[in-house]
Amino acid sequence: MEDHDNLKATELTLGLPGTDAIEKPTTAAPNVNKRSKEEEEEEECCGFTGSSGRPAAKAQVVGWPPVRSYRMNSFRERKMEKKEEDTTGIYVKVSMDGAPYLRKVDLGVYNSYEDLTDALEAMFKGFSLGKRIIQRQAHDLHESEHAITYEDKDGDWMLVGDVPWEMFVSSCKRLRIMKGCEARGLTSSP
Amino acid sequence: MVRGFGWAAAFPDEVWEHVFSFLAADADRNAVALVCRAWHRIERRSRRRVFVGNCYAVAPAAAVRRFPEVRAAAIKGKPHFADFNLVPTDWGGGAEAWVEAMAEGWPHLEELRLKRMVVSDDCLELIARSFKNFGVLSLVSCDGFSTAGLAAIAANCRNLRELDLHENEVEDNCLNWISHFPESFTSLVSLNIACLEGDVNTSVLECLISRCPNLRTLRLNHAMPLEKLVSLLQRAPQLMDLGTSKFSADHHPELFFKLESTFAGFKHLKSLSGIWEAGPAYLPAIYSVCESLTSLNLCYATIQSPELFKLVSRCKNLQRLWVMDLIEDNGLIAVAASCKLLQELRVFPSDPYGVAPPISLTEHGLVAISAGCLMLHSVLYFCRQMTNAALLTIANNRPNLTCFRLCIIEPHTPDYISQEPLDAGFSAIVESCKDLRRLSLSGLLTDRVFKSIGASANRLEMLSVAFAGDSDAGLHYILSGCKNLRKLEIRDCPFGDKALLDNASKLETMRSLWMSSCSVTLGACRQLALKMPRLNVEVIDERRGRPLESWPDDFPVEKLYIYRTVAGPRSDTPPCVWTV
Repeated sequence: MEDHDNLKATELTLGLPGTDAIEKPTTAAPNVNKRSKEEEEEEECCGFTGSSGRPAAKAQVVGWPPVRSYRMNSFRERKMEKKEEDTTGIYVKVSMDGAPYLRKVDLGVYNSYEDLTDALEAMFKGFSLGKRIIQRQAHDLHESEHAITYEDKDGDWMLVGDVPWEMFVSSCKRLRIMKGCEARGLTSSP
Repeated sequence: MVRGFGWAAAFPDEVWEHVFSFLAADADRNAVALVCRAWHRIERRSRRRVFVGNCYAVAPAAAVRRFPEVRAAAIKGKPHFADFNLVPTDWGGGAEAWVEAMAEGWPHLEELRLKRMVVSDDCLELIARSFKNFGVLSLVSCDGFSTAGLAAIAANCRNLRELDLHENEVEDNCLNWISHFPESFTSLVSLNIACLEGDVNTSVLECLISRCPNLRTLRLNHAMPLEKLVSLLQRAPQLMDLGTSKFSADHHPELFFKLESTFAGFKHLKSLSGIWEAGPAYLPAIYSVCESLTSLNLCYATIQSPELFKLVSRCKNLQRLWVMDLIEDNGLIAVAASCKLLQELRVFPSDPYGVAPPISLTEHGLVAISAGCLMLHSVLYFCRQMTNAALLTIANNRPNLTCFRLCIIEPHTPDYISQEPLDAGFSAIVESCKDLRRLSLSGLLTDRVFKSIGASANRLEMLSVAFAGDSDAGLHYILSGCKNLRKLEIRDCPFGDKALLDNASKLETMRSLWMSSCSVTLGACRQLALKMPRLNVEVIDERRGRPLESWPDDFPVEKLYIYRTVAGPRSDTPPCVWTV
């Protein structure tokens, strides 16, 4: 496609720099992710962009595009299995208050808090009693049943989500999904 | 000449029953039941199959009482948008109420199909114990159960013919559930365990397959390694429908040859799926069956375009193709040239969030298919760009479309050449495709497209709308038109109270309406509920703790699910759901 005015060079696009497909969609100005207020509150990924490698500006709308969550989950798990592992895996025990047995997760398989939370929610879905199991942000604590906490290198129990993902992975020794009422004592803000 | 409806008595009941047995469609049987009391009585006693599109539309006991001789039941639970995480996980759709009523009233039940329901292990155990002649269990997009429940089914259902587990969330706590099929069990015809995550004991499975000579369908899960797959498949050369496990391994020529000869041994194979993570090395082993395939599902196979092209272009008799967008336009052009019998095409996005470099799959691929495949009637297509011209061409090429679901991944995307909304394109689709039963819209759309849909889509039964429209007029056009509309699901559109209230009675002619992130207020829901007592108006709000009664009328409703019912408000609503 000839571009005599070299407009393409100054064009704003959503792709990473250097990716230049032949037929890139050129979308008009109104193409903003028009989300209602409710969905903005549901966004959890905005806080944890650095480690996931996604372009930070592109927040995701819940349930869009309409790919079945079953498909997304199974697809994501396959992709993760294929990743080359440098370490042999960072396995930590995960306990959930009220569940009869513990599980183990490999923290090296996940890229972000969001991925980890999704995986944990799927793992313990059978034991949840209602609403969403795990809080997404600190201020949600009173609205969810459980909160994810972890034991760090110093032996302290911390609320998951405060430190950058890589720092969390390197310092986390075990995870505990505790009841929301108990977890409230751990938040830094009242 | 017999007056009135006395002619019903002119023949004994068995004759009418025999006549009615030729009516397959529920709608026809329902019509027959309305003719006179005698026919109502005869019909209800002879109905063998029941389909409940919404598990809350009727009380289980009532359904069981009305049709005492049912042998096959199919029930659906959650709204379709539950597939995309828009419905709270605890919304409902539990199967217990139905299973308990059926255990009580239909001891001769042979077939049960559940979709988007919450099925517990207790349910599965009840099913296993209650129906002596149970033959078919199909669970699609369900959750709440584990392999322990499956073990109960395996152990107790002596005449099980079909176990179909499709895209369920199953907890894996009983690794050897397959070994619960007794040694005397030989009736299996169809086994689909593709959605199970855990390893399945291959030798036990091999034994099972060897002693079931009628096995026609076998869909395995991802976990089984390729070498074990080969030895398993050698036991079942009579298969017609195969879903493989992982199709990659370190390259061993010997393994390749074994795989190739196993496939060559399939003389009756018509349908192939699975092929997870196919490596280019092993794919050619399939080539020998391509010619006979009528259905090919590669939607989990991350094969790149050249290999895809080679595989699919050999499948001259393909009627159904499900594939990833990795096939690209060139691949679809090849399909259009080779697969002249194609009826259904689904193209899934390999990278829905647009992180990887863009794939060269555009409107051109779909246009090529619409031109080359004269029997094409069903389309699901994910892409990133579209034009009105392309849609017009597709509409003109394929007026026989019955299902057209287009998903342009970025919301509000206009025609990328003209920058216009895609109203003209979708209007062409509904005006040309007179038999269109299902439509999903996407891209930049104004109220104009809804005017066309309302006016022209006379056979439309299901419509999915997202990020479209300008005003209430859009919703009004749909609800005041679309004579045969059954299911309407809407998200993120500026549709509100007026259209809903002006068309309240339309809602009783439909199975259900879902609206989320629109402009509906609680006041309108209250008015609607008052006006239409045979609708359940469910307001879903996951954020607030205060009860519904305390909220004002102008409170914006986050999610709304309205459905017709003769069972009244349901008793199992979770905290986030209020029946207004």
